[in-house]
Amino acid sequence: MSPKIPLTTPRPSATFDDYTLSEIRRAASTGIYDIRGGGAKRRVPHFDDLLFLGASVSRYPLEGYRERCSTSVTLGTRFAKKPIELKIPITIAGMSFGALSANAKEALGRGASIAGTSTTTGDGGMTPEERGQSKTLVYQYLPSRYGMNPDDLRKADAIEVVVGQGAKPGGGGMLLGQKISDRVAEMRNLPKGIDQRSACRHPDWTGPDDLEIKILEIREITDWQKPIYVKVGGTRPYYDIALAVKAGADVIVLDGMQGGTAATQEVFIENVGLPTLACIRPAVQALQDLGMHRKVQLIVSGGIRNGADVAKALALGADAVAIGMAALVALGDNDPALDAEYAKLGTKAGCYDDWHEGRDPAGITTQDPELSKRLDPVRAGRRLANYLKVMTLEVQTIARAAGHNNIHNLEPEDLCALTLEAAAMARVPLAGTSWIPGVNGSGGL
Amino acid sequence: MQQLIGELMRTYDLAQSPLRELNETLHRQTDGSNEAQWEILNPRGGHAIAVGLDAPINVDVRGSVGYYCAGMNKKATVTVHGSAGPGVAENMMSGRVVIKGDASQYAGATGRGGLLVIEGNASSRCGISMKGIDIVVKGNIGHMSAFMAQSGHLVVLGDAGDALGDSIYEAKLFVRGKVKSLGADCIEKEMRPEHQEALTNLLKNAGIKDAKASEFRRYGSARKLYNFNIDNADAY
Repeated sequence: MSPKIPLTTPRPSATFDDYTLSEIRRAASTGIYDIRGGGAKRRVPHFDDLLFLGASVSRYPLEGYRERCSTSVTLGTRFAKKPIELKIPITIAGMSFGALSANAKEALGRGASIAGTSTTTGDGGMTPEERGQSKTLVYQYLPSRYGMNPDDLRKADAIEVVVGQGAKPGGGGMLLGQKISDRVAEMRNLPKGIDQRSACRHPDWTGPDDLEIKILEIREITDWQKPIYVKVGGTRPYYDIALAVKAGADVIVLDGMQGGTAATQEVFIENVGLPTLACIRPAVQALQDLGMHRKVQLIVSGGIRNGADVAKALALGADAVAIGMAALVALGDNDPALDAEYAKLGTKAGCYDDWHEGRDPAGITTQDPELSKRLDPVRAGRRLANYLKVMTLEVQTIARAAGHNNIHNLEPEDLCALTLEAAAMARVPLAGTSWIPGVNGSGGL
Repeated sequence: MQQLIGELMRTYDLAQSPLRELNETLHRQTDGSNEAQWEILNPRGGHAIAVGLDAPINVDVRGSVGYYCAGMNKKATVTVHGSAGPGVAENMMSGRVVIKGDASQYAGATGRGGLLVIEGNASSRCGISMKGIDIVVKGNIGHMSAFMAQSGHLVVLGDAGDALGDSIYEAKLFVRGKVKSLGADCIEKEMRPEHQEALTNLLKNAGIKDAKASEFRRYGSARKLYNFNIDNADAY
């Protein structure tokens, strides 16, 4: 009788992991790339890799509940006759009616207005619901120009020329046939039910010199009243921001790869663009080199989840942030209470990202009238307002602890990094050292 | 400098006064305005001239203009007595824009309504992403014209360049001359009586008397790329 040979434990491949294998099988079965919503899900250096240095002997803190800590911000001070005044520096990012239900757009407007901030249209035009419920509304000017018209341009409080977004810098929007309802089709001048693929670049300009003329045209149409933002996806932030400033932007929105989309190829979302953390310092550097930091305001988006993330973005030089995914979660997206329904869609709460299919049980990323009804815009708006207030309190808590009476006084000197990668990207010292990789050469104290 | 000439004509000289003042003044005109006739002198290739108009006024621009002249026009009639730079009448909503000379790229881009008449030639991407505008070009048009054109009519009395109507949706294209090539999903279609009638009206509205609808061919979408199908990947 031969001795029993011990078997090795089955060893999964790190390269061919379960997800990768499932994707190969899916591709082989369907012949089409995977499309989903949301932003990059891979782990990238992020705000979690930074810590604040609270006050101590060398600095003194402010009383948490007694001493004032300002949060307001003014956007569009460079050229616009009517800059935007926000009570908090957390704005709602552009998301389209079409990608989102009318109730979800209304809820975003309600929540933002209660909290004293702005919301933004998307690739589909402005709906009466969101204009009616949004005290401050930013109107996106996109390559598709769906729903673009001079009347809404004049109704807007600011205009955002979208060059790109973090989830798909260099790519256009997608809205698949399941979500092209009669109303969406009418607003976009498209036949009902087609797979709509937006253009990736604007139809009537290319390059920074044209952009300058395009911005001039929009200013002339609106009599120089509205702030004009330029939104870019994070790719070459130093040069893109410098060129946007040169083109005449009042405000720049910079979206990292964790920023969400309604629908794009998975391969695009996960493999194109820079992490948000890697974008901010080059962008701020460009503004500083041009003498325009704080004169042209910088809004950072892509993976902002809580007050700590906001505080870190501000400390690195942003004037405000924008949230998209987090706002949807606050409304009720991916709620565990809906887990049984997510299971029917082959997923689970927290992972649902097939927003393009329009079957969202939360009634947010859908055009199905029955599903849309599930979202109460008043209640959902209240939830968003609560969340925005909590984030604001969290930023103030950190700012006071660091000794600042205005959250915009947070600075890189308040931060350290837990990893070499984060230290290099954020250009702050590795914790416990004075070493900033790429900036100074030694690891001394 | 603004001068009152006659009873209703107002002249604005861009060599003397800034663009911003001109556009702001034109924006103050309303449906009932009696200042219905405007003349703009010395445009000198300037950009964004007479943009965002929203009243039934007549504007004559004496010379050539740069980018985006008559952009987002509503109700007004703008006539350029010269040539126009890129994006003339972009996103026009209604009214009428006439270019006596040639037009550069993207003429009538994303236009939603109204009539754009180009009496000379138009360059590439004429009618790109058009959404309801009618465009009539007496001369030729360049490559990639009517790219992603969604709705409206593009009428060309001369020839069309490469890749006409690439990725077209529901816009209708009529060309009297030769088409160098058709873009993805664009095909020649039957000219039915309703198309003859629509084209006859368009020619009449554009003031064209020396062309008949029967001389044109119609092009439009094969509608094969409206929904994802992996077997169509080679079309792009």
